[in-house]
Formats: sequence, structure tokens, C-alpha cells
Amino acid sequence: MSSEPKNHELASTGQVSRLGAMDYAPAPESTAAVRIADAYGLYIDGRFTDPERHESFATLNPATAAPLTRVARASAADVDAAVQAARRAFPAWSALAGSERAKYLFRISRIIQERARELAVLETLDNGKPIRETRDIDVPLAAGHFFYYAGWADKLAFAGFGAEPRPRGVVGQIIPWNFPLLMAAWKLAPALAAGNTCVLKPAETTPLTALALADILEQAELPAGVVNIVTGDGATGADLVDHPGIDKVAFTGSTEVGRQIQRRTAAQGLPLTLELGGKGANIVFDDAPLDEAIEGIIDGIFFNQGHVCCAGSRLLVHEGMADEVLRRLRRRVDQLRVGDPLDKNTDVGAINSAAQLARIEELVAAGEAEGATRYTSACPLPAAGYWFAPTVFTDVAPAHRIAREEIFGPVLSVMTFRTPEEAVAKANDTTYGLACGVWSEKGSRTLWVAQRLRAGVVWANAYNRFDPASPFGGVRESGFGREGGRHGLEAYLDV
Amino acid sequence: MSERLNVRKTYKLVIGGAFVRSESGRSYEVTGADGAFLANVARASRKDVRDAVRAAEGAQPRWAAQGAMLRGQVLYRFAEMAEARAGELADQVSRAEGVDGATARASVAGGIDRLVWYAGWADKVGQVLGGANDVAGPFFNFSVPVPVGVVGVVAPADSSFAGLVDALVAPLVTGNAVVVLASEHRPVPAVLLGEMTATSDLPAGLVNVLSGPLDELGPVLAAHEAVDGLDLTGARDPGALAALAADSITRVLHAGPPATPEGGLQRLRAFVDTTTVWHTVGA
Amino acid sequence: MEIPSRSRVPQVGSEAQLRTVLAGLSGVDAVGVSARAAKLATRSLKRETKRAALDLAISLVDLTTLEGADTPGHVAALCAKARRPDAGDATAPPVAAVCVYPDLVATARAHLVGSPVRVAAVATAFPAGRASLPVKLADVAEARAAGADEIDMVIDRGAFLSGRLGQVFEEIVAVKEACGPAHLKVILETGELATYDNVRRASWLAMLAGADFIKTSTGKVAVSATPPVALVMLEAVRDFAESTGQVVGVKLAGGIRSAKEALRYLVLANETAGSTWLEPRTFRFGASSLLTDLLLQRRSQRTGAYARREHVSVE
Repeated sequence: MSSEPKNHELASTGQVSRLGAMDYAPAPESTAAVRIADAYGLYIDGRFTDPERHESFATLNPATAAPLTRVARASAADVDAAVQAARRAFPAWSALAGSERAKYLFRISRIIQERARELAVLETLDNGKPIRETRDIDVPLAAGHFFYYAGWADKLAFAGFGAEPRPRGVVGQIIPWNFPLLMAAWKLAPALAAGNTCVLKPAETTPLTALALADILEQAELPAGVVNIVTGDGATGADLVDHPGIDKVAFTGSTEVGRQIQRRTAAQGLPLTLELGGKGANIVFDDAPLDEAIEGIIDGIFFNQGHVCCAGSRLLVHEGMADEVLRRLRRRVDQLRVGDPLDKNTDVGAINSAAQLARIEELVAAGEAEGATRYTSACPLPAAGYWFAPTVFTDVAPAHRIAREEIFGPVLSVMTFRTPEEAVAKANDTTYGLACGVWSEKGSRTLWVAQRLRAGVVWANAYNRFDPASPFGGVRESGFGREGGRHGLEAYLDV
Repeated sequence: MSERLNVRKTYKLVIGGAFVRSESGRSYEVTGADGAFLANVARASRKDVRDAVRAAEGAQPRWAAQGAMLRGQVLYRFAEMAEARAGELADQVSRAEGVDGATARASVAGGIDRLVWYAGWADKVGQVLGGANDVAGPFFNFSVPVPVGVVGVVAPADSSFAGLVDALVAPLVTGNAVVVLASEHRPVPAVLLGEMTATSDLPAGLVNVLSGPLDELGPVLAAHEAVDGLDLTGARDPGALAALAADSITRVLHAGPPATPEGGLQRLRAFVDTTTVWHTVGA
Repeated sequence: MEIPSRSRVPQVGSEAQLRTVLAGLSGVDAVGVSARAAKLATRSLKRETKRAALDLAISLVDLTTLEGADTPGHVAALCAKARRPDAGDATAPPVAAVCVYPDLVATARAHLVGSPVRVAAVATAFPAGRASLPVKLADVAEARAAGADEIDMVIDRGAFLSGRLGQVFEEIVAVKEACGPAHLKVILETGELATYDNVRRASWLAMLAGADFIKTSTGKVAVSATPPVALVMLEAVRDFAESTGQVVGVKLAGGIRSAKEALRYLVLANETAGSTWLEPRTFRFGASSLLTDLLLQRRSQRTGAYARREHVSVE
């Protein structure tokens, strides 16, 4: 904005400094609450143990690319030890009264709240996401998930899965790097409430909050072996999936890895839930609440640097509104504060890894090569670490790679539509089906669209909202099974 | 003079509401449990699978968009048609399974009762599998079960009618379309049931029935990317088919649950996804 | 963004036309606007930014007394504080204006001679506005005659809520005319308008009718300025400027007592309308006790210690 008021003869009354949108002084969150050890072992049978082969790998702070610490790489033998520990713990844990299991989960929830600051900072350090998000979203939701499922533990007979639902046994759970602690909570809370024991494998680049969670489980005095945490890369995950002692696999991550896991588990008919990729459409009608829609578009794609499986990475805007929406959108994109994730005023943090940055850069280059028009915020980026400035592509054709492939970064592809039918058709023109947004002040049309969207979640006049009570998960190649709510119990009950 | 020579029936495939010979023009001999010749039934090919899936894809959205109450009425009508031809069905079940008449009639009656049971589910499944979610915040949040789309069914090999009803009807209740691979050696009751769809207001293409060699058709159906769900109740090697289905993240029912109320609900759950809608609440 | 210098404010010739313009405004989603305001409230102003923001906030205050018990002596004391808010620190900037009832304008005027602090008067049968138009205009004329630089009028909420938009519009036009060179702040009394859609429409109605400022509240009803209401009004002035070239100010009034709240509103304005709005001719806080907290916080920022309450004078 630059404008001189014309009709005001009023003079400024004093020499006041102006507040600029981009020049708030740094407001970094203190890291004093966090103690990172020099190295971490595997959490098996209630103890941190050295990995069998004594192998480890570094986990980095993506905002600086500097190593934070070293973490054990679990071998097949380590995974076996974890599964065996879970097996041994299963009879007692599953036989425990639901009301007692509930109390453990309530404890865990409370300890997460008590240690919220530490967890938020640790997550930001290891993941690169802004402290505002870890503080206001990741950590509170993680605590909320344990609290929600704690309440189910002694009410399973009323969940609609039969009068005497039984746990599945030992569950293998593999989680991604985009919401490390929250995904651990999404996996562990319902599994434990239902009476299962768990072997959890955090993502290679973001293991630290899961390891902090192990410490929280200790403080909660959760019986040894009920939760085991094995760190490692894809090979560790494969070892877990292949282990014959696993009764159920739950995976959140890419569709490609999901396919591999489904293939690997097919022969035994192993119960499986998959929460995979997406290419969510945010549909903006011409009667949308415009200012809130702009915020929803921004939140939809730039929340968590776009490292969100349900990100609104495609904007479908009514043709008559496109210019207006884009003008406002660019203004907001320019306002986004990109930088130090620990700064409380940062809107967009660091890309999680060099590999992810390379993937984003490749797809953005493809977008340019295919003829889409790129607009990238001119915001300054830090010199060290992994960064990508918020980017919006217009003139995107449905056939472009940036309209079809999951970029998993702060990159939006804008397309237009003319009729509600066309909006639905374009939104559904994807092999994914995780989430969509609909922006309109007309309730009947919103519901008409929601009925026709092939998506597991539809947000009307909102985007990227999550709640422990609300089922989350995809249709088609975005996976199957639901996490959250009553529905989230099904995966962990033998029904 | 001998008694009147009967007019034999030609058993065809049911694809897109039409009764067709196999695209390949081939057939195979089906015998009764006693080994006696029963019929030459059409031997479906890979291309018939493709055509059947395409027909199912075409029919499914309108079926799903129909009101749940109407779906229930149509399925009940389907039961009426089956009841009217119960004698014919029982006769074929008796021959296919080698059971006596009374057992076959009981089996068919049980299957028809099961169909009626499923018909009654159509407008209740949303309430039982869906619901309102109490989220923290000013949102109206509700979950509804939605059909996965096209469900491939490998029908039970042994229970040629009763088992088939479970596998075929459950996905229809929730708005799916089906492509059924009939029991390879006992296909006739399945083909008959397929025929009845034509007189029971089920839209053409919603139920497709293929007879033929499972080893050849099963993998084609399982690997088909437009097949969104797979019921492997009758598969000889479910693991192999399930692995093929993994490429397109197909929902798989590895083994058919029992024909109990719980088992039926389990089948209903197997081929729905849940769509959760959040709407802001504010004046 | 480019704003043409020539005004492009649509001429409103009839109530039907006004209705059409207002109906064309996009709706406001109550959840979304609240979420946006809450998110901006998490901005953290530190060090030099906070110091600058506190001074800025002081300079934007319309130091207000609107009580039945007001006296010339009290107004005189207020004027002294307006000119030099911190007796012990001359670097604290003066406030923007002193805001009083019309009968005390002359007093305020006399005590502000030679200072940049302006005199604002609430008029038009403040706060209810329940008087005939001639009475309201007489109220304005009296305040003007006594030397008011700015007039804070109230809209007829009853008329607005019952759909008599033309009447509300005409009244603002008439008052604006009566104001002459004085600046007109139009109080929407957003707490009584009840919905954000109404706040947006009322904002545009007032701007179309010639308001120099749109103002949230009288401070005399249960609900005064709130962050989402401020956000909607800031969006309105931003969009109005973009589409007409006319820059209209925003005044937030009622219930803003702490520096923390004031700073949050500055952030809201900064990130919604833009930093160019953050000066006395386009942004104000109508408040009384707010100034005390701003000064205490300012003192704390300078000394590094929490300030003793008695460092700020009591009027």
C-alpha cells in the first residue's frame, strides 16, 4: 500500500516511527526449555538402548542445516526386539481395565501440556516449522488427541464395533516428518486406548519429539513395552512392516511408499490403514466471504510450508473473481514473513530437508517449463538452511505436473472455473482425494458441492482445521482408514 | 413318444444391463455337483472385465446420488424378483451344490431374507456409520459414509447363492456398483441373479456378472485402477490379488465375514469411505 | 497499488442504488474473521518495534471524557495531559485529540491553544442518537461554533437495523455538511449492529456518505471495539481506498484499556490496511485509561523495570 491521503489537511501531530509490515524486531522464542542429548538410542521395552549395530545418523535443524544430535539407526534385529517387547507387554495391557488405560492416556495428555513449551521449541528446531504453529497447533492438538482417546478406553463397547471389541495386538506405526509429534499422538492414542501395544517409527528427519515423548511415557509410568520407538530410515520402516509379529500396520506418508506397504502386507492380509498424499482443491465461488477466503487460501497452502498432505495446493476460483482474488492473494503473499522458525512472528518456516527442497524446486521448474506463470514473494530468505519463498502459479492447465503432482511445499497452482459442475469436475480431477475447501455464502450450494467432492474432508469457509473428534483420512489414492473421532478406533479394534 | 424336450437356457454375461456372450465368443462347460453336464456358460475375457468395470463406473454416480431410501426400495424390489423366481434359483443351487431340494430352498430363502435385511440398511447406514462430531470450535462438523465407487467381487466358490448375495448386495446398499466374478464352477445362480437386476429397477451397469476362469479374470479385475474396492471372499489366493490391488490403493476385504448381522455390518463398512464436512457457525 | 488522485466515490442517488452497492459487498464469515484477528493477536512486538509502537499509540489517542459528571476543571486537567502526557518525560508525544461533549468544547479549545492537539466533540444526540435531525444539526453547529476540529456523530442504528438505509445515509450527508471543514467521525455502534456483515455495510454506507473516519463505538453499550470488528472496518477502509481513491480513517473506541490491546490493534491495522494508515489522520483510539497504561509501558521499556503506577498522573 502506498497512497497519500488527498482530502485531509490534517498534519501529523508528532514524529512517530512507522510500523512496517515486514520490520517487526526479531522475537525469538527461547530454547532454554530444551535439552538435546548428544545421542539418542532406541526406546524399547521401557528403556533407551543402544542399537544392535551401533549405527546412528544425524538429525539437522533445517533452518540452519546444522546437526542437532545423532539418533540410532534401528536394524532388523532392533525392530525385532521392539516387536517382541510389545508382544510381551500386550497380554497385560490389553487385559487392563479400560478405565486404567484411560488414566495413563490422561496422564500423557497432561504431561504434554505441562511440557508444551519444550515440545514446541524442540519440534521447531527439528522440523523447521514456525514456533507459532508448534505452540498453537501441533502440541495442543497432540495433547488433545491423547485426552480424547483416553475417554474412549473404557467405552469401547459403545463405539459401534460390537459389544466386545478386542484390540488387534501389536501394531506397527510409521509416521511422517511434517507433524512429527502430532502424528505420533494420532497413531498412539487410539491404539493404546483400544488395548494394543505399539512399535512406532518416526520419520528419519524428525525423530526428536517422538523421543521426547518416550520420556513423557516414562513420566506417566506407562508399563514397559507398551510403546516402543525405533528410529531409522525407510529400511527400518520396511523391517517393521515385514515383521511377522505385527498384527496391524498404520502408515502416514507418501502414496508411493503407501503402495509398497500395501503390496508388502497383502499376502498376509494384514490389517492396514494408509494416510497418504493429496492435491486438495480450494474452491472459491463468486459469493465467497472474500477476505476470509483469501486467508483460507493462504492457510491452505502456506501453513507448515505446504508440507501438509491435505494442503489446498490447487486454487479453483470462479473466473469472474479471478483477477480480484489474485490481486488480494499476491498482496497477502508479499506480507508473509519467511524466516527464523523460532521467531514468534514467522509465518513460513524452513523446508524440512534438502531432499524436499530439491523436489519442490524440480516441480516449480516443471511448472515454468510447461508454461505456467510464476509469482514468488520477494521476501528475503536466510542464507543457511533450506528455504523456498511462497509461490503462486497462474495460467495453470489441468494437465500440468504442478496441477497433478503433490508438491508438498509452499507452491499454489491456480485454475478457474465457470459453473459449480465444472468446479466439482476439476476438483475431482485427481487420483487423490484427501481434502477440499469450499468458499461460498450460499449454504445449499456448499452442501451440493460437498456431496460431490471425492474427498475425505471438506472444509466449508475454512481450511486446515483439525480436531481429535473429527475423522481425518482420504479416499482413492489418498489412502483408507480414518484417524480421529469414533471412526479412528476402527483401525485398532478387531471388528 | 418321449416327454417334451425342454428348451434350454443360454447363460450369458451381465454387462451394462445387457446379456452378452463373451467378447471372445468362448464358453465353457459347467457341470453339476454330480458331474453331469449343466450348461455351456459364457467364458468372460479380459476385455469383458474392462467393459464391466466401465459399465459399473458409468452407473455408480447416479446410484449413489439417489436417495438412500430409494436405494432401499430398489433393493427390496430386487428381493421381490428373487422371491418370484425362488424355485428356479433353488433348482440351480441344488444342481450346482449337490444338495437336496429342501436344503437348496432353505438356502435361497435365507439369501432372499438377507437381501431384504440389506435393503433395510440403506437409509440407516448413514446414521450408524456417520454422525456429528463435537469439535472444539465454532463449526458444525459431520461425517457421512460415502461409497468407494466400483467394487470388484470374487464371489464365494461354494455358496453359489446365499454367499453371493452377501458379497454382491452389501456394496450396493451404500451406493457402490459391483463387478462380480461368479463362482467359476457354480456360476449359474449368479448369472440368474444378474438377470433379475434387469427387472428390479437397478440401473443398468450397476451389477455386472462375469463367469469364467478366476485365475485369468481375477488379476485383471484386481489390478484395474478404476476398481476402488475388492472383495476377495472367493479368491483362491487372496494375497496375490490383494498385492495387485495395492498399486491403486484399493480397499480390500481379504476374507468374507460370516453371514451374521455383525458380519453384514462389517461388509457395509468395508466399502465406504467417510467424508467429514466442517462448516463454520456464525451469524 | 495505484490509487488515482481523482475521487471515484460512487454518487448515491437513491436508496435503491445504495442498497445495490451494499448488497454487492462480499459477506463476512464470522469464524474466519475471528480466527484472523486471533492469529494477528499472536504477533510479538519486541524492543525498538515495541518502543516505537507505544509512542505511535500515544499519538493516536483521542483522550476522552464523556460523563455526566464532567466539569471544566476535569477537562482542563485532561488537556494538560493531552499536551504533555508524561510530566517527567518530554519525549512522550502529545495525543491526537481531546474528545468531549459539545458544551465543554470551548473549555478544551482554550486549554489546547498553541498545541497540535485537536478538539473533538461528540454530537448528534450522543450516544443514542435518538433525536430529530434538526436537533442533531444544532448539536453539531454548537460544537463547531465553540471550536471543535472534529465531530463524532452516531448513526441511527434503529433506522439501519430496520432497513431504512437511505435515512441513515441522508443524516450523515447532512451532518457532514454541517461540519464544514471539521472532520467527521461516524460512530457505527458496532455492538448494536450485531453482525459483521452489518458492520461492513454500515462502514461503506458511512464512507459513501462522506465520513472522514468510521468509528466503532460510543463506549456506552455493552460491546465496544473488538478485534474482529476492527478487522472488518480496516478491510472496509482499505477496499474503499482501492476502489475510490478516498482514504478514510478508523477510530476504535470503548473498552481499550491496556497497551497490549492497543498494540494488537496497531498490528491489525498494519497488516490489514497497511502502515500508511498508522498516523493520527487515519487511525485513532478513543480512550481514557489506555493512555495511562501506554505511558507506564513506555516507561518500563526505557528503564527496564516495571513502572510504579504513580509515575503517571491521575486526572
